Amino acid sequence: METVKVQDIAANDLPWQIEYHAERCTMCGSCVASCTFKAIKVEVQRKSMTISQANQPEPVHVQQAIPVIKQVADINNACRGCGMCERVCPNNAIRAVRNLDNRRNLLFNRPIKRGGRTNLNAQRTLDKIIVGRISQMTDPSLDSIRHTFDIRSPLGRVLSAKELPFRMENGKLVATKSTPPVRWIYPLIFSDMSIGALSTRAWEAVAMAAAYLNEHCGLPVRMSSGEGGMPVPLMESDYLKYFIIQIASGHFGWNRIIKAMPRMKVDPAGVLIKIGQGAKPGDGGLLQAEKVAPHIQALRGVPKATLASPPNHQGLYSIEESVQKMHLSLNAAFGFRVPVAIKCAASSTSVSVYNNLLRDPYKICGGFFIDGIQGGTGAANEISLDHTGHPVVSKIRDCYLAAVDQGAQGQIPLYGGGGIGLTGNAAADAFKMICLGANGVFCGKILIQLLGCVGNENGRCNACNTGKCPTGICTQNPRLVKRLDVDKGAQRIVDYVLAFDAELRKLMAPIGNSSLPVGRSDALVSTDKAIADKLGIQYVC
Amino acid sequence: MCRIGAVKSKKFVYPSTALRLMLPQQEGHDNSGFAMVMQDLGGVFALYKDKPLLSMACTKQGARLVEDYMSAKNFVKMAEWLPVPNKKKDLDIQTMPYYIFRNYDYPEHYDDAESRENLLLDTRLALRKILTESNQGYVYSFWPDVLTLKEIGDPRDIATYFRLWDDNGTLLAKNIIVQCRQNTNYKIVRYAAHPFFLQGYTLCANGENTFYTKNKEFQKNLHRGYIGFESDSQNFLYTLHYVLHELKWSIPYYKHVITPLPFAEIAERPDREILLSIRQSLAHLEINGPNTIIAGLPDGRMMTCCDSKKLRPVVVGGDETTIAISSEVCGINEILPDRNFERDIYPNEREVVVIDNDLEVTRWKQ
Ligand code: SF4
Ligand code: SF4
Repeated sequence: METVKVQDIAANDLPWQIEYHAERCTMCGSCVASCTFKAIKVEVQRKSMTISQANQPEPVHVQQAIPVIKQVADINNACRGCGMCERVCPNNAIRAVRNLDNRRNLLFNRPIKRGGRTNLNAQRTLDKIIVGRISQMTDPSLDSIRHTFDIRSPLGRVLSAKELPFRMENGKLVATKSTPPVRWIYPLIFSDMSIGALSTRAWEAVAMAAAYLNEHCGLPVRMSSGEGGMPVPLMESDYLKYFIIQIASGHFGWNRIIKAMPRMKVDPAGVLIKIGQGAKPGDGGLLQAEKVAPHIQALRGVPKATLASPPNHQGLYSIEESVQKMHLSLNAAFGFRVPVAIKCAASSTSVSVYNNLLRDPYKICGGFFIDGIQGGTGAANEISLDHTGHPVVSKIRDCYLAAVDQGAQGQIPLYGGGGIGLTGNAAADAFKMICLGANGVFCGKILIQLLGCVGNENGRCNACNTGKCPTGICTQNPRLVKRLDVDKGAQRIVDYVLAFDAELRKLMAPIGNSSLPVGRSDALVSTDKAIADKLGIQYVC
Repeated sequence: MCRIGAVKSKKFVYPSTALRLMLPQQEGHDNSGFAMVMQDLGGVFALYKDKPLLSMACTKQGARLVEDYMSAKNFVKMAEWLPVPNKKKDLDIQTMPYYIFRNYDYPEHYDDAESRENLLLDTRLALRKILTESNQGYVYSFWPDVLTLKEIGDPRDIATYFRLWDDNGTLLAKNIIVQCRQNTNYKIVRYAAHPFFLQGYTLCANGENTFYTKNKEFQKNLHRGYIGFESDSQNFLYTLHYVLHELKWSIPYYKHVITPLPFAEIAERPDREILLSIRQSLAHLEINGPNTIIAGLPDGRMMTCCDSKKLRPVVVGGDETTIAISSEVCGINEILPDRNFERDIYPNEREVVVIDNDLEVTRWKQ
């Protein structure tokens, strides 16, 4: 008999346990080969069995050594529940099951890092909000299929009418000066996921989807590059106009961007200054050395090392300075032809930040992106992922109402993200956010989920930081990356966005609007009194 | 649902003409009230066209509060018409004790147009505040050559009460904008009945403003005169005032503000930069529901236009001396049966029709 060693890690300490049926297993080895985490292994077990090999029952009791699949009882190789083994097993002999009694958090002797999403704050305010103001009698509902809808959102600094440099000449307005650049884009932005966080192929799939939606579907969807640069050929192509180039605190990839500028044929759709990220507010970007493959080193101009971006842009002292220095220099870099927006993590201070931006005398902030706690990340400390951040819904509302108070609504377009499409219904989420005051939304996680990511808010997979992504989406391992079919992935994103568009119309039609109901909070009701009160919408039951 | 109408004539017309324009359309409205704004007045006010005329309905105490305020502000009373009502039994009307129509002379030092405009608005707002806080009445307009009458009840009975059927030479105007319904979507309050008036601009609207919340939240901060919001039609007036009076843009831009062209169409236009700037800067003044608007401008011109999906009707028809605008053609048939029907205009969703003081009709597509 073996002594019980309670300090040793056993499989039943881990968050996922393998359920294995040796009698069905044919030892093909597929599961072990598919598991990127080396969470299962082949072992030989001595078994006591009763077998009968004759034509009529002649049972004999034997002891045999046979190979089996066994879970590795090691925290570094803990099963992530990704389900790849189950997927490849031809005999339904193996699957991972959630172990509610796991002791994972106690067994790590260092802070846990992982990617993915928050596991604790997946509550859904948006599901307690309903589109409750339906046009029926005197103002008719529209026909979502036959009516034309004007689904566009501004990106860029919008001036108040009194600030427009217009003069009346013979009954016609003429512009006497130019105004800040404003692009009218689709209200769904593909959020910033860098090449590096994503595999090149996954990034390419998202980029292809964006380009296809523009060129073939008439939907001006824009994609943010993420911090980490863009492929030079893309920057020198006509497709650049579909991209919002991001600059974050590590400034990764900007040496290449700056070098490419003289050869850019078209302007990018915008520049997004990332100040913070909803999934890990107060933290800079993080790319684990495991993912800094040679092509990422080349793109970012760095050696193989963990790339921890600082929490702040160096030299950034205050909002005023940020506005002056970063916005001005980025505006100037593109000749004031490209809107420069800013992305912050939602925080109880978001309204102050927004107020400052609204009052900036240079009027050069072209958008305020607020990222909520339900956003995703390639890598973060788990403690940040689960315990820091702020929900985005009320924050968008607060910022919108702050602008309303000053009569400045719409001057700096508001985009909300971080949890949009959490349950798969991005159109409903987007519509409600728009009615609450957002000009549009941005989402990332749902895009990679469309590509095949199996992670969820209940601790499934979320191993995006390890370089072992089982779906080839956020790893730079060439063997794993091959698991992703770029064309199919892009197609699924395109199909989803087309459905999103149809669904958005389906929500605009019953409230009788053919253009986006930005700030039309009267269209919404809530079944939760606290939410209704907080957002200033009708409570219904 | 509302029905709205307007009469513009080279000759003075009686309010009864406006009533006859509206009554055939009564199936579409609910006869719950009567409201009109008359401009370019004849009759008892003909001699005081350049003096601001206060139109109000109040209690005795309200009248005193107003008098105190006006004399404290050095307004000099010039002339007054107090209707002698026909208090016939069984009239369907919710009356106020006093209806006061009174001309004042400007206090000293208000000599230029701008300071006068501001003074008149500020005075009306102050009076409104006094009367509202004391719950002693309503002030509708305070402007030279403009008279407003509003009351709750059956329009026929209201007309009987004020002896409007008598055509007795007291009330006459060349421009009348009229509506026969209290706003019933919200509370019945006298301020909710259109036409609404602000600094020379008069407007009534038929329809539903689905962007009411957006419009209202935006307008609240644009101008001190944009208040009340008892009806979603006030938004149209405030936008009209903002575009023409505050921004000083020409009429075509009003239509571009309330019903902007789709982005795809803007992109095809030579003036796309301007139109896009307008659409983005004034996105919160867009209307996006079924509407028809009839507006009177300070110089006496009248205009009408519709929502961008043409979900509400309007027709313009007339002869050499009189032109009427009406939700339904039956109203115009009643007052102008001999006009040339073929020349009636049914504006489309992108059209604006303007009638000037010589009854010249201009129409264009946005
Ligand atoms: S579920 Fe995923 S991590 Fe777990 S054993 Fe299977 S393949 Fe490996
Ligand atoms: S499948 Fe890849 S991208 Fe998705 S959670 Fe797992 S590691 Fe992250």
